[in-house]
Amino acid sequence: MTGNHQTLALLLFSAFVAVTLAITTWVSRNRHGSEEEFYAGGRLFSPMENGFAISGDYMSAASFLGVTGLISLYGYDGLLYVVGFFVAWLVVLFLVAELVRNCGRFTLADVVAARMSERPVRIAAGTSSVTVSVLYLVAQMVGAGSLVALLLGGTSDAARNWTVIGVGALMVIYVSLGGMRATTWIQIVKAVLLLGGAVALTVLVLVRFHGNVNELLRSAADRSGHGMAFLAPGLKYGGDWTARFDFISLGLALVLGTAGLPHILARFYTVPTARAARRSVVWSIGLIGGFYLMTIVLGFGAAAIVGPETVRASNAAGNTAVPLLALDLGGGADSTGGTVLFAVVAAIAFATILAVVAGITLASSASVAHDLYTSLRRRHAKPRSEVAVARAAAVGVGVVAIALGLLARDLNVAFLVGLAFAVAASANLPVLLYSLFWRSFTTRGAVWAVYGGLVPALVLVVLSPVVSGSPESLFPGVDFQYFPLQNPGLVSIPLGFLAGWLGTVTSAEEPDEAKHAETEVRALTGAGAV
Amino acid sequence: MEKHDGGDTGEVRFDDPWYDALASGWGELDGTGAPAPAVPAARAQHEPRAGGAADVYLEVQRSAAFQEVRSRYRRFVIPAVAVFFPWYVGYVVTATTAPGFMARPVAGAVNVALLAGLGQFLTTFLLAWAYARHARLRRDRAALDLRWDTQELTRHVRGGER
Repeated sequence: MTGNHQTLALLLFSAFVAVTLAITTWVSRNRHGSEEEFYAGGRLFSPMENGFAISGDYMSAASFLGVTGLISLYGYDGLLYVVGFFVAWLVVLFLVAELVRNCGRFTLADVVAARMSERPVRIAAGTSSVTVSVLYLVAQMVGAGSLVALLLGGTSDAARNWTVIGVGALMVIYVSLGGMRATTWIQIVKAVLLLGGAVALTVLVLVRFHGNVNELLRSAADRSGHGMAFLAPGLKYGGDWTARFDFISLGLALVLGTAGLPHILARFYTVPTARAARRSVVWSIGLIGGFYLMTIVLGFGAAAIVGPETVRASNAAGNTAVPLLALDLGGGADSTGGTVLFAVVAAIAFATILAVVAGITLASSASVAHDLYTSLRRRHAKPRSEVAVARAAAVGVGVVAIALGLLARDLNVAFLVGLAFAVAASANLPVLLYSLFWRSFTTRGAVWAVYGGLVPALVLVVLSPVVSGSPESLFPGVDFQYFPLQNPGLVSIPLGFLAGWLGTVTSAEEPDEAKHAETEVRALTGAGAV
Repeated sequence: MEKHDGGDTGEVRFDDPWYDALASGWGELDGTGAPAPAVPAARAQHEPRAGGAADVYLEVQRSAAFQEVRSRYRRFVIPAVAVFFPWYVGYVVTATTAPGFMARPVAGAVNVALLAGLGQFLTTFLLAWAYARHARLRRDRAALDLRWDTQELTRHVRGGER
């Protein structure tokens, strides 16, 4: 990594920061400070804009850098991730997007609280939403830190820490000054940049192999040292049964978690109707599907062109496969083309992280202000003060995320993302589906569903090999590992559903027929939707 | 709840700015016209009773028009979930338990595993397209009618209470 890369990458990245800050100021110039505007951007984005913003929110650095790295190192097993991330959108499209848009106002808790006794449900759903968001945020912060370490060519701790702090400060500025409108435009700009970068690299890879995908796969398999086994599952997750169950667990968490991610749910409120929400999801399915297909080509391309041993030497987890591929495709380390392409890819990866953290920060500040604050303080907060609380909450969430990001910087990014998905699938999805579709769901069922998924998911992680009992864990010195899997989804997702059912059948409360009718009618017709 | 629609909602039937008028026109051609008339009938019956907003929703939920919209939604979504979810879980389980089968070559470097992975992408694209089309042609118009009728009823009830 020569100085040229760094200077150019930093220049490009500064340009992105300048543009996004300009957007933020321009957007916040004539704001009214209403909740509608802060949480939902005025609800007037078009389906196409929102589709780009959703894909901007979803295509994180974990997929751009992490998944391509996994494919370049483990071949087909990396591709399994991509399939899970993508198929999840059918759950969102069929069961969640339109109905949530029709029933809620700003957060997940709105949908549930409409049918139930409001206070306990809001506290439960708000707590789990904030937990999921913070886990996801920490993953992105850690990713930003490692990316900078790579860019600056060393493992300079100070540079890493300052990056995490800088990213945190920027996201707080975007969110607390610009609210949803600025955040959405940042997502859109970032999605366009990321897709543009991916298309350019994919075309270059395909040109290198004269458009012959078969040749690309063959060279990747030859270069990998595993032969044809590289193109089949089993290199990473094929070991003992623990590893296999771990993967099934991760697969479940990925496909069910997306529909419970607070920052994805918040995006549906930025369009005027359920129909627009559906069309934005269709847009994002097209964009995200195209992007993931390209990451597959890039992953195998990195294996074929850069080679797994070079990728591994640069970063053991493979996170640097795409920048290295860009360097090679541009003409090599000493060429202008290589330098430029490397810098562009690095800057895009930065932009990706910044945009994603802004989206998550906004969603979690909404949960804090709209759900937790309003329920825990029973005095009537005026609308204006709720937005003020949300701005303050964005600062608070930013500080917590910076602190945790600094502490957790040696944790694996993909693991943290998988964990956030598992918690979202266990704590948020059961309560959401039950309240939308189950006639006799009660308040106790809702509260149990949230905590019955959230607590087991977190406890199982603490008892897993990630935290203790193996050389790679957080505390290698001690051993309180009682749960063999790294990802808790396989156990905690069914537990969330079970707890919701159990809470409902054991509660003395008579389910409110009229409230259920209201939820069902509103969900499917949009009557009374804001 | 009525913040934006407090005015004369009855007049602005198609004020949805993103409603694709051209595309929605197709829906009327395939014989699945909106079965909305059942709801105005319900409105006529209950206006004098003024039972409160909760009753309106119960009434609409029991109306034939709403039942039709709901069953159209369910008739698409339940089979679609029953297809894609087992297909995805089956794919993940096969990939982890039967790598030998997945490694079987099909053509050139392409093996069963790659075809299955691409198949997942393909079914996702197809199902998303089919869902959007089904919703646009079979639900949107009827749901929109129901929406305004319901809001009209709620508004009447609220007006009566005051």
